[in-house]
Amino acid sequence: MSAYLKIDHLSKSFRRGATQAEVLRDVTLAVERGEYVSIIGHSGCGKSTLLNIVAGLLPPTTGGVLLENREVNEPGPDRAVVFQNHSLLPWLTTYDNVAIAVNKVFGAKKSRTERHDWIMHNLDLVQMAHAKDKRPAEISGGMKQRVGLARALAMEPKVLLLDEPFGALDALTRAHLQDSVMAIHAKLGNTVLMITHDVDEAVLLSDRIVMMTNGPSAQIGEVLDVPLARPRKRLSLAADPTYLKCRQRVLEFLYERHRFVEAA
Amino acid sequence: MNAALKKSDTAIALAVPAVSAKVLTLAPKRAPVRERITSHASAIAARVIPPLIVIALTLIVWEMLCNRPGATLPPPSRVLKETWELIVDPFFDRGGIDKGLFWHLSASLQRVAFGYALAASVGVALGTLVGQSIWAMRGLDPIFQVLRTVPPLAWLPLSLAAFRDGQPSAIFVIFITAIWPVIINTAVGIRNIPQDYRNVAAVLRLNHFEFFYKIMVPAAAPYIFTGLRIGIGLSWLAIVAAEMLIGGVGIGFFIWDAWNSSHISEIILALIYVGIIGFVLDRIVAAVATIITRGTAAN
Repeated sequence: MSAYLKIDHLSKSFRRGATQAEVLRDVTLAVERGEYVSIIGHSGCGKSTLLNIVAGLLPPTTGGVLLENREVNEPGPDRAVVFQNHSLLPWLTTYDNVAIAVNKVFGAKKSRTERHDWIMHNLDLVQMAHAKDKRPAEISGGMKQRVGLARALAMEPKVLLLDEPFGALDALTRAHLQDSVMAIHAKLGNTVLMITHDVDEAVLLSDRIVMMTNGPSAQIGEVLDVPLARPRKRLSLAADPTYLKCRQRVLEFLYERHRFVEAA
Repeated sequence: MNAALKKSDTAIALAVPAVSAKVLTLAPKRAPVRERITSHASAIAARVIPPLIVIALTLIVWEMLCNRPGATLPPPSRVLKETWELIVDPFFDRGGIDKGLFWHLSASLQRVAFGYALAASVGVALGTLVGQSIWAMRGLDPIFQVLRTVPPLAWLPLSLAAFRDGQPSAIFVIFITAIWPVIINTAVGIRNIPQDYRNVAAVLRLNHFEFFYKIMVPAAAPYIFTGLRIGIGLSWLAIVAAEMLIGGVGIGFFIWDAWNSSHISEIILALIYVGIIGFVLDRIVAAVATIITRGTAAN
């Protein structure tokens, strides 16, 4: 049996003139349905490149990505992305930002009222229904990220791709959003692939943590299972031995064995 | 979350800590009617009084300078007296070019409307092409950069030779004057569409048509309207000069005709009208821009 999402011997090089820079080398990863997998590594290690290839926004140099045994090589709503900088369209309201996705993906399958209900349902899921008529400039950074998440969820993706979704937020807002994402994951059982550089975030949210070595030619250094029962509670986990052990393992990987040598 | 709190920025919420968590919501007190009217009036006065003072001072200085014997230009009092007929009755029509100012201005505005509408539609289309396709840009941009520096009136003899008629020639001059800023700003706007929006469109699998009107046009709209606003200003600048040369009904020829008959006061009146209309045209395009872009900045 093959996995739900499979990244298969994937390599990526960028060519600029005569020089060629290999970013990723021979990355192989299998993600099961409903699994929450985080990819962690120092900046410049190619995590975002990896996510963009899975999203289909970048073509791999060799190897490929399989989703339900089918190769994917172009972007599509089955792999919805929540971008680091929210990427909401500033001239549309919160509601319309979600609607543009819903109308495109379900335009033929659902009636107008069904689509409206679906948009509101997704805004409700991220607790943003109250701001449906606000424009992105009128809401806070955390709220924008919630709307970005609602837009991605509304596409009913097979895999949800999160590209450092909480990276630009302050610690308190980030914690709120992490709890929301955990609740949504528990409710909907999405398959999630998340890029992060935050060790606590990775351990708290993930079933597995994929640790990348430093670039250039980054590879998967280690994959760590996080055997913590769900639902997870931020406060009680803070003293949990398993949590601390997992956290320790990731920290050791990042700061001892693959210490960040030079600024990328 | 604290969203509810944040939202109610007009209300003041006082939370008594711990035991009795009672929330008092106080509506802000509205100032009494009279106070509001006076504050409103003083705000308007602050805007209106300074320009009125400056205008009055200018008129006084002008009157003093031109009222002396040997002055070449008429003072404002004489301008008013000599053009009073034109001011009070802009609608007369005695045939030929002996018409009221309304007809001259409307003839000029019509030419501008045709030429500018043409420039706006062709300009946005060409700008989109140049902004989207690297090959179109490489091919066309050098030509645009050279042609846009040609002064509007330099095109007039050529267009007269081609069209053999004043009316289409004037419209062509407007078109060729207004089109460059529209093309260039549209192209810049399209080229500056953030990669994020393109990624969103890619993930949603928007087709070319949907991408055009759902992402490209709204994202580039602030730039496009900057071009359109520069374009309308240039059109109005060019029409007066072009009409002086092609003759017929039009504010440009009215000015030229007044000069030939030494009616200096009429020239001054026409200049005031031209200025006011140019200002109004600019404001109209700006207003359309704010409505269409819904006040969103270009970020």
